[in-house]
Amino acid sequence: MLIELKDICRDFPQGGESIHVLRNISLSVEKGEYITIMGPSGSGKTTLMNIIGCLDTPSSGEYLLDGESVKGAGDNRLADIRNSKIGFVFQSFYLLPGLTALDNVSLPLVYANISKAERRERAAEALEKVGLADRMDFYPNQISGGQQQRVAIARAMINDPLLLLADEPTGALDSASGRQVMSLFDSLNDAGTTVILITHAQEIADRARTIRYIFDGEFVEREAIR
Amino acid sequence: MLENISLAFQSIKSHKLRSFLTMLGIIIGIASIITIVSTIKGTNEQIKQSLIGSGNNAVRLRLCQDNSEYDLSWNPIPQGVVPITEDTRAELAGIEQVSDVSLYLTRQYSDGIFYGDQAFNGAVIGTDPYYFTTCGLGLRAGRLFTQEDHARCRKLCLLDMTAWSTLFAGTDPVGKTLEMQGEAFTVIGIVDSTSIFEARIETVNDYYSFNSSTGGTIYIPIETWPVLYRFDEPQHVAIRAESTDDMTSIGQKAARLLTEKQVLPTADSKLSYKGEDLMEQAEQLQQLSNSSNTQLLWIAGISLLVGGIGVMNIMLVTVTERTQEIGLKKALGARKKRILRQFLTEAGVLTGLGGLLGVAAGIVLAKSISSVLETPTAISIPAILIAVLFSMAIGIVFGLLPAVKAANLDPIAALRRE
Repeated sequence: MLIELKDICRDFPQGGESIHVLRNISLSVEKGEYITIMGPSGSGKTTLMNIIGCLDTPSSGEYLLDGESVKGAGDNRLADIRNSKIGFVFQSFYLLPGLTALDNVSLPLVYANISKAERRERAAEALEKVGLADRMDFYPNQISGGQQQRVAIARAMINDPLLLLADEPTGALDSASGRQVMSLFDSLNDAGTTVILITHAQEIADRARTIRYIFDGEFVEREAIR
Repeated sequence: MLENISLAFQSIKSHKLRSFLTMLGIIIGIASIITIVSTIKGTNEQIKQSLIGSGNNAVRLRLCQDNSEYDLSWNPIPQGVVPITEDTRAELAGIEQVSDVSLYLTRQYSDGIFYGDQAFNGAVIGTDPYYFTTCGLGLRAGRLFTQEDHARCRKLCLLDMTAWSTLFAGTDPVGKTLEMQGEAFTVIGIVDSTSIFEARIETVNDYYSFNSSTGGTIYIPIETWPVLYRFDEPQHVAIRAESTDDMTSIGQKAARLLTEKQVLPTADSKLSYKGEDLMEQAEQLQQLSNSSNTQLLWIAGISLLVGGIGVMNIMLVTVTERTQEIGLKKALGARKKRILRQFLTEAGVLTGLGGLLGVAAGIVLAKSISSVLETPTAISIPAILIAVLFSMAIGIVFGLLPAVKAANLDPIAALRRE
């Protein structure tokens, strides 16, 4: 079992009382699965993703990632987990504007203390895999949105993570580039990567084998949302 | 580390104007410090040179009562002080770093010397054969005293440039006769310092700090001294040191030796030989000019402090602006320390660069001030190194707060900020 969430709660204090963003979420994800988490905005899906991605820790409940409990991990350990086990893809790409595609892709390797020569080699390889071998030395503002997102996916995959975590990856793209990005996810999943995708678009969600619906911080049946 | 430095240069380059304005405070601070230090050093060199003269390293040792010279014009020959023998001279010459030793007698203010009806009020010095080389005096016209002149107590004399111009008004003096205490002395030549031995008196301050006789000097062979004055006067000593920096230590050594040898226990305990140390005088004058300049340095230091606060301010703005970048880096697995180091390096590079520019500006400023005001400047390499390192240290100290702020950013909040 790659991911095991048991009775996860996440509360945010606000004005003296606390808001329960996640309530008793339990979820198990096997290696190689392709899961979509769907829900309207404000339903808590991004908070859930932050917890799965080790950017945030639950207020209560147990989270095992690859058999390791995340709860007691310190800042440095969390950073190392994110670096080696999780690849992030964000809605607005988050590429650094001052770096070329190649340097953007190799950024996670910098934090894994890998030599410059090896970084360049592996980054070039990763860019090739997403079909951008000819865009290596381009800066983010010189390539299209779809290409930027593919660069971001190459960056997410460069450390061979156990888990690819994508938050509305097509939200800022036109439908053609969106489809390209989605087929990239499909092929990555076919190659064995576990994918968790968060979206509110039904046609995107339908590509996954499993769809979970979240509403008001709880998993619900699809019908409950409509 | 190198990675961080190149990253820092990148971010400085991407905000050229802002980076420059941030550096400006550091540039001005460092430039003013370099300018002040250069001026201080230049002034010091000037003081040293005008007092000692470059290349002339003569230390004079004189018999003193308490701290002032024992004046033989008015006083009897002191009891218990014996004339210096040739043996003692050899012993002095044996001190390490001593290249020449001369024994001489002197009257700072003499009377009874005339050329025609022109009176001379200057110094008379009775010289042994080593005097002119020891004191760095060279011949201008005529000849120096020969061994024979010394041996036969010939009544000959040499003039320095001042004595020549006051007595002869520029006409050829060689062969002319001076009346000295009723005796006839024949002028055989003119000597002049090969390098500057007597203080170069350029300002009123120089005059007060070094007001020796300005009437000029007449030199006679030491053997003829008793013709004019007395037998058995204790001599003064001039010693030439091999390097200027050794003058003080050699002077002290020689003075101790002389006092031990020449001043008998029966003598007045206030009598001793003392080195007239030009180096020491120079240092005293230097200290005087330093103390007023140290205050200037403090003021320049304040401008550096203000510059540092400017750096902190801009770094804080930078951190706020780059929140998303920081959030992303943390999401990708950058540890706190790495973010901290990145921002510290950036601040250090920014201020280090400012320091370099400040050094350049300071050198230009110092040079232009010295050419306009005609004051000397000397660029000090250690000052430059310290200035650049210090400015980098400022960057790191004042960059610490912003860097800590960056390192502690919550990645979620940082990413969410659009």
